Amino acid sequence: MEPMLSVRNLVKRFGGLTAVNHVSLDVYPGEAVGLVGDNAAGKSTLIKCISGVYQADEGEIFFRGERAHFARPIDARRAGIETIYQDLALAGNLGISANIFMGREVKRKYLGGMVHTLDETFMNEASRKVLDTLNIHFANFGEKIEKLSGGQRQAVAIARAVYWQAKLMIMDEPTNNLGVVEQHKVLDLIGKLREEQVPVILISHTLPDVFAVTNRIVVMHRGRRVAEKRTSETNSHEIVQYMVGALDDTR
Amino acid sequence: MGDGTVARQKQLILVFSRVWAWVFLAGLIAFFATSVNIQSRGGVNFLTIRNSQNILMAIVPVLLMGLGQTFVVIAAGIDLSVGWVMGLSSVVSAMVIVALTDRGTYEPLAIVIGCLAGVVAAIIPGLINGVIIATLRIPSFIVTLGMSFIARGVAFLLSGGNVVGGQPQGVRDLGNEALLYLISGSHGGLYFLRPPAVTGEALRQLDRILQWPVVITFVLLLIMLFVLHKTQFGRHVYAIGGNREAALRAGIPVDRHIIVLYALSAATAGIAGVLSTARFSGGSSIAGDPLLLSSIAAVIIGGVSMFGGEGSVSGTLIGALIIAVMTTGLVMLNVQPFWQYIVVGIVVILAVLIDQARDLIIGRMEAG
Repeated sequence: MEPMLSVRNLVKRFGGLTAVNHVSLDVYPGEAVGLVGDNAAGKSTLIKCISGVYQADEGEIFFRGERAHFARPIDARRAGIETIYQDLALAGNLGISANIFMGREVKRKYLGGMVHTLDETFMNEASRKVLDTLNIHFANFGEKIEKLSGGQRQAVAIARAVYWQAKLMIMDEPTNNLGVVEQHKVLDLIGKLREEQVPVILISHTLPDVFAVTNRIVVMHRGRRVAEKRTSETNSHEIVQYMVGALDDTR
Repeated sequence: MGDGTVARQKQLILVFSRVWAWVFLAGLIAFFATSVNIQSRGGVNFLTIRNSQNILMAIVPVLLMGLGQTFVVIAAGIDLSVGWVMGLSSVVSAMVIVALTDRGTYEPLAIVIGCLAGVVAAIIPGLINGVIIATLRIPSFIVTLGMSFIARGVAFLLSGGNVVGGQPQGVRDLGNEALLYLISGSHGGLYFLRPPAVTGEALRQLDRILQWPVVITFVLLLIMLFVLHKTQFGRHVYAIGGNREAALRAGIPVDRHIIVLYALSAATAGIAGVLSTARFSGGSSIAGDPLLLSSIAAVIIGGVSMFGGEGSVSGTLIGALIIAVMTTGLVMLNVQPFWQYIVVGIVVILAVLIDQARDLIIGRMEAG
């Protein structure tokens, strides 16, 4: 089977610091890959290179078999890579449907296309529908995002990715700052994405979460990929040793 | 307390926070309508056609600058340059019109070109503001403060510090004639577009209804209301103000949008400058600066959050009306005009307090 995403020898430098040092990574359809590492291990830099926030200095990214150049985040999104960031990338002052359609609003045309208005009815209904398919229910659908709980916001971000038919989902610490119940909900959603053959890259400090939903774990340490393990064939003790640099498969 | 009562109270507070400005405006009008009559028995009345038209003319520059400012502030910026940009536009339009009519250009054409020149002269500093703010990431407060000095300097250099007079009759007409004319009294009547040829006592009874600057301003207001609340462009203004990074990652061309917003803000100030030239038959570099803070006050009273992401065009209209009604009313009550500043200041602070109290009370309700 061909990988959905293939990262080859990626390098990203910031001045004298090599944040990502010749990292390779493959992600196959239906997979959930855990990307773990200590702070400043280069995980976030790596995914920002994949999602078009940064441009890699060396190396190649192949997405769905084709060489990918994402100059801006929107290029990656258009190709089908949805990234759910730590800071959520939602506008708190706007509602759920405005956020799901942010940047890709559906418009109605008048006067032969001279005047465009927002098609709120369509966007509201489509948002409700996608939330329903994910089994997410809001008592307060009309509310602004800032009035929602952390878990509800994650659900909106995930629903946005599903609506736009993401081919790859990157999630950066999606369970941070969530209550226990909400953590489970988000992990359930990751499981749902896998069922729909949408591969997920999960970045997390919370190893139990990583073990709960991934089938593969990639460990980074100081910019390098130091280990890649099947989740079923490792344990958190071993992963932690890789994370702190006590173990290193590349040495 | 049951859930139903809490929800109802919450609803009540939300409704109040949305409509208080309207209620306050209505209260002000009612207050002045009754008290102005009592105080000045000479027959001066607050609720007259003439006074309502005076108030509308008074809000034109404040409202125009406030409209552009509304867009900028919702996108989490501020434009302090519009006051002197308005003056610059006033000077440039007046100078171009004089130069063209002196060369014998057909008068209406000279006026149209002059007005366009004034607006263009305003848009240029606006574009420079936008480019610097968007691409160099210098705070808008600083960039537009600097630009306000530059516009001031350029306007004074061009005009030599004098009012640019010598305007043809058409300019005065644009600033003062009206859509409708009403003559009250026994020989009265309603006239459309053309003022009736009357003299003497009848002329004193002549009221101009919807003078051209008012008509132009309200047409622009309707367009901007539509753009901000019904179009993708407007939605993106809110998105940028709410979370610039999210907007960027969602593929919204944030930098371009910000540049357009400062150009728009400058353009509305430019139109205000042109209309000032028309109203007073002369270009004045100091036409706008005294009104800058009033326009920002109108925006704040109207509920635009200085942190960005919140606000509306109709709010800014109400804010401008409240300021104009208070100012006019106090003058008619023979209150020393300096009091108006104190009252406006109190209302500005009160407006923000009401918004904060709302969030605090609702937050407590939701927590408890």
